[in-house]
Amino acid sequence: MIHINITDLWLSNYLCLLDVLAASQNNSNSGWETKAVEFFQDQLKERDTHTLVPSLNDVPLHYLKPNSLVKFRCLIQDMFDPEFYMGVYETVDPSTKTKMLRCGKYKDVTECGVDFNSRNTVTAERQTFYCVPIPGENPWVKEISSSCLTEARVVPSTSYAPSRQKRSYEEDDDMDTQPQKQREPHAGPHSPSEHHGNGDCKRQETEAPSSQTASASHLDLNFPLPGEKGPSCLVKVYEDWDRFKLNDTLEVYGILSVSPALSALADEKDASSSLLDPAESMETAEEQRVHSPPASLVPRLHMLHAKPLPHNNPLLPSIPVLDKESTLTVVILSSTLSEMASVREEILSYFTHVLLGDALAAEYLILHLISNVYSRRDVLPLGKFTLNLSGCPTVASYTERFYQIIQQLVPSSHYLAMSLQNMNQMRLVPKKDYVANRLVSGALQLARNTSLFLDETQLEQGQLDTTGVRNVTALGNLISWQKVDYDFNYHQMEFPCNINVLIASEGRSLLPSDCQIHLQPQVAPSHLEESLSSIHMHPQASSQLNKFRIYLSMARLLDYSISDEVTKSVEDDFVDMRKDDPQSISAEDLHRMLVVARLLSLSLGQTSLSRDSWLRAKHIEMLRRSRMEQHKCVNGNEP
Amino acid sequence: MSCFDQPPILHVQPNEVDMSSPLMYGTPSSRVEGTPRSGVRGTPARQRPDLGSVRKAPQVDLHSDTDGAVASEPNAGQRLVIWGTDVNVGTCKEKFQRFLQRFTDPNSTEDENAGLDLNEPLYMQKLEEISVVGDPVLNVNCRHVQSFDAELYRQLICYPQEVIPTFDMAVNELFFERFPDSILEYQIQVRPYNALKTRNMRSLNPEDIDQLITISGMVIRTSQLIPEMQEGFFQCQVCAYSTRVEVDRGRIAEPAVCRNCNNTHSLALVHNRSVFSDKQMIKVQESPEDMPAGQTPHTTVVYAHNDLVDKVQPGDRVNITGIYRAVPMRVNPRQNNVKSVYKTHIDAIHFRKTDEKRLHGLDEEAEQKLFTEDRVQTLKELAAKPDVYERLSSALAPSIYEHEDIKKGILLQLFGGTRKDFSQTGRGNFRAEVNILLCGDPGTSKSQLLQYVYNLVPRGQYTSGKGSSAVGLTAYVMKDPETRQLVLQTGALVLSDNGICCIDEFDKMSDNTRSVLHEVMEQQTLSIAKAGIICQLNARTAVLAAANPVESQWNPKKTTIENIQLPHTLLSRFDLIFLMLDPQDEAYDRRLAHHLVSLYYQSEEQMEEEFLDMAVLKDYIAYARTYISPRLSEEASQALIEAYVDMRKIGSGRGMVSAYPRQLESLIRLAEAHAKVRFSEKVESIDVEEAKRLHREALKQSATDPRTGFVDISILTTGMSATARKRKEEVAQALKKLIQAKGKTPAMKYQQLLDDLRGQSETAITKELFDEALRALADEDYLTVTGKTVRLLA
Repeated sequence: MIHINITDLWLSNYLCLLDVLAASQNNSNSGWETKAVEFFQDQLKERDTHTLVPSLNDVPLHYLKPNSLVKFRCLIQDMFDPEFYMGVYETVDPSTKTKMLRCGKYKDVTECGVDFNSRNTVTAERQTFYCVPIPGENPWVKEISSSCLTEARVVPSTSYAPSRQKRSYEEDDDMDTQPQKQREPHAGPHSPSEHHGNGDCKRQETEAPSSQTASASHLDLNFPLPGEKGPSCLVKVYEDWDRFKLNDTLEVYGILSVSPALSALADEKDASSSLLDPAESMETAEEQRVHSPPASLVPRLHMLHAKPLPHNNPLLPSIPVLDKESTLTVVILSSTLSEMASVREEILSYFTHVLLGDALAAEYLILHLISNVYSRRDVLPLGKFTLNLSGCPTVASYTERFYQIIQQLVPSSHYLAMSLQNMNQMRLVPKKDYVANRLVSGALQLARNTSLFLDETQLEQGQLDTTGVRNVTALGNLISWQKVDYDFNYHQMEFPCNINVLIASEGRSLLPSDCQIHLQPQVAPSHLEESLSSIHMHPQASSQLNKFRIYLSMARLLDYSISDEVTKSVEDDFVDMRKDDPQSISAEDLHRMLVVARLLSLSLGQTSLSRDSWLRAKHIEMLRRSRMEQHKCVNGNEP
Repeated sequence: MSCFDQPPILHVQPNEVDMSSPLMYGTPSSRVEGTPRSGVRGTPARQRPDLGSVRKAPQVDLHSDTDGAVASEPNAGQRLVIWGTDVNVGTCKEKFQRFLQRFTDPNSTEDENAGLDLNEPLYMQKLEEISVVGDPVLNVNCRHVQSFDAELYRQLICYPQEVIPTFDMAVNELFFERFPDSILEYQIQVRPYNALKTRNMRSLNPEDIDQLITISGMVIRTSQLIPEMQEGFFQCQVCAYSTRVEVDRGRIAEPAVCRNCNNTHSLALVHNRSVFSDKQMIKVQESPEDMPAGQTPHTTVVYAHNDLVDKVQPGDRVNITGIYRAVPMRVNPRQNNVKSVYKTHIDAIHFRKTDEKRLHGLDEEAEQKLFTEDRVQTLKELAAKPDVYERLSSALAPSIYEHEDIKKGILLQLFGGTRKDFSQTGRGNFRAEVNILLCGDPGTSKSQLLQYVYNLVPRGQYTSGKGSSAVGLTAYVMKDPETRQLVLQTGALVLSDNGICCIDEFDKMSDNTRSVLHEVMEQQTLSIAKAGIICQLNARTAVLAAANPVESQWNPKKTTIENIQLPHTLLSRFDLIFLMLDPQDEAYDRRLAHHLVSLYYQSEEQMEEEFLDMAVLKDYIAYARTYISPRLSEEASQALIEAYVDMRKIGSGRGMVSAYPRQLESLIRLAEAHAKVRFSEKVESIDVEEAKRLHREALKQSATDPRTGFVDISILTTGMSATARKRKEEVAQALKKLIQAKGKTPAMKYQQLLDDLRGQSETAITKELFDEALRALADEDYLTVTGKTVRLLA
């Protein structure tokens, strides 16, 4: 009897894995499991096999076969307590009294007839992570990554045929000695649709699993951002869980488990009297709901392998660029590097158009979009580049349109309107709920390199209440230190983050920023409306867009260094500038100029700072500063 | 646990079968019938649900297996053990009695042992205490057991469920032998604590199941009291025959047939004759210090039984000793199918609050960080280096360039002075903490320094003057929504007791908030009178504050007070006030540029080589704070006296006071801190020298009178330099003369008057100066100013 049913036909090249699994089922000491996992990981590395695995992000849950291999692109939202499970246990057949050793790994529910007194029981430990889809992931990312997948599925004989799926599902049930399971109401509200929809499954399967979230409304799935959709998942981790951190983005490969028995637990809870069963009374109803939600809504995923994602741009290979040995990366690198300068020109002109003809602001926008906290020196995050774009027109919902354009270019982003109401009511900082024993998410729990667009033009005069003040403080901390202090009620805990914050405001923002630039539209106010409406009209071929998308993600991943020679000249420059006018440049200005120079070099595809880039960085900084002073004189009330 | 489902003992001496086998311990039969020994008779044993509420499994079919195993044992007479363990009841009991009778700990520092004669057997004294007080609980420090008998200790850790009842028996026998006449409510229970296997929650793993462990953590939630049935009382509805059924693995099996009248299903449970025990669920969360960065804290469920119920409240930091349990979860009672997950919890045997005395005195226990010998050795080697002071100060916030003296000041603040207690002479505690204020231009990395310090010290708090209210700094009273209980929530200052409170944007704080600091910064206490709660909390916190000048740039022509507009009463409470200004010289610029550029291109490893590790620095500070408390040497006191006299002398020449006792206290604190840096128990003259130097440097920066160029302490103590005060008086007098010279005009134009005065005076009269002079005269009731008119008063 095969226990781990990753026997799908399209996974035929993994059959040897299964053989290993099945053959050594009764011999727990043979180390079959490490071998199998290793084999599996090798397979993933070698070829593009990972595209064959269906993704939980794209395929609705009810199309996936229980106990099959799936992948999930996600963010670790919360970490639950480690749990002990029966790694190996013995079952006794009630009729024949034969004993059999079984493996409990990668499973939620044991076979029936467990012998609790067996001396062969091995208790093992695993960790549960609550994972949600990457917050703020933009629609184009979802589209592209799911289309990659369907292409892969068309490969003959590995294609995923839903009509087959049903039959195998039944087979599964036949094998199951617990027919009750099937009749369990929690087989999910989707089972009928599965039967009806067999014919048009092919068409539906790429759709987002929206039907699930509809029925999930009563259950808070704890997404960091409001209005998010998609499945969340309880990922069971079997080894090395210490290497994962909260808010890490991963691609998890694992075995899907949607056993209805898991949800039965939650239902029964309400009815059973806890007095007689004290072991079960230690969890409150809320906690139960959170930690064992119905499997049809929050499936369990038993991790075989996890790949940390350095970015979530589906257009780039997900292999870390640092891994220089991978030939694929080198090819892409060299070809893109040479192109980068030209793409930069295109994107610059595009942004100039978007920013109403302001080329300097467009330049800074590029730098901002490729910025990244690449290191931390004691408390100081290096490489962050928060941009404050002041002087945004308030007409014709310019900021919103502007955000839509950014949304088209970066893999994940979030628009936060800083209206008084939002600031006073929104939960930005995640907070620990001790009753339900979970971390209630907030809008600032974001994956690395998410673009956070703060629209300050929405802010009007009025009173900020306690929550509002706290939220503004949290945003300030985020910008200055790239960290968020999560609220644990009795204490606060600091979580470092790496979020690109862009503040659009009318005057100077009330939040701190690394760099402020005042927008100077080259369009006459009378034509503003017209010009604005043309922005969106601008036909951008999707190939063009893709080029931009690759460019922005690529530039961020490049290595960077400064040679001793250039160091020297930078130092000389600084000393000279100070000599002329000590007020003109402070240590902070030098900090900023070094960041600007870094980002400028990277945006040009150069991996080390050249004299030219330094001068260019100095030049644009000077332009920006002179513009600021000019603006100061006009306004008078600028600090 | 029950004797029916498990026959753990294969052999015991016949006369002991009834009372001394642990399987009988705590069963109703022993409770009802008492025990055969004379002294113990009449004292009921109390059940210990903490030990046996959940047995892992009944080992029914193993009976035969073990029989064989024991038979093969060569000297069966002595080697017989409780099944599944290597515990021999007789030996174990004997050993424990020997431990109780002989163990002494002459070097004990535990507060619980206060008042006991340390050279006498410790636990015998405790038994005596029990006989007097009548509280039948004996707390046993596992460390003592270990040092006395390592084997016994091992057994205690591995088989607590079997060994602790044995200990109970042993102690009761011993007790009633000694004190045959004492009357106890129930038999003495042994509560071991401080199992050396102390772990943090994260390191618990399946191997620890059913073992004795000690973990530390913070209580986050406690449940209501759960009455747990220990024994059900059933009565037959037909014949009134009654029977008792004991709890078996969390369940009570209702008897289906009455044994008396053979009617089926006639028995009914009689609740108020059943036996219940108290039980409480407590959720404990890992202490924030134990957690690796980037992970969320783990929680563990703890069950408290009987008198341990309601011993702890949410928010308490506790050390819990107990038995780690894992129970399989049933998916459905009707199904045999089991979720393959165990539920884990800890049955608490002993609680020890670690922050119990936080409100009263110094909490030595919690402060005591365990240092390995290697670590101590490294630290001592480091301390022996002649340049340790410079090394440490440069290791502080390496990303911030230069400002050596400021870093040194902060370093001394991190170490702090020596705590002295003068409460007997009526002055109370002397402040040992050093307070520092940084002021200077915006963008001179003040906030960064604060952030660094906040991250470095274990009990640091970081607040911003803009965002904090007086309540947030001190404490507030909250009504718990569930219990309707009033709870005192402490704010930043109280939380950073024994730590450092970093306050950014000190100048932006409201006056109301700032006034709270007056008490904290000198008396080191915080008085609260709110919603019926009146109390004084300790806030022995060092304050590290940063302030920006009122005009966005520092005006070198003004004094510190004028620049930052803080009340001088508050300023004088800072030991050191530093200015963080841009030094404008080429060599500095070059070094700064080099530093910054290298920050951006050097790899992290390179940077780390250059500087001391932050972890070493942390340990160094923690070690010095805990173990070193320097005292003034004769020589150092002389040096301090001289320094103070010198400081006074400087001013006396110009008719100013240039030093106050407060400055002397500052000097002492700084000198002590410097001695701590050297790991020296004695403050020597080099410490005083450095304290003097640093103090002078800080004064030079902050208390230099911009008009004269002299250091003038009165700028900080009275808010105005002596020359400025003199000048103000002069102008006021000149103005008065001018007005008098004008004759009998009752009202004058403001501008006119100013121009006249300007024309008359040799020195420049600023508008501010003029206003001040007017105000001075108004104070004398000589004139009043209304709008632009100045009126003379009669």
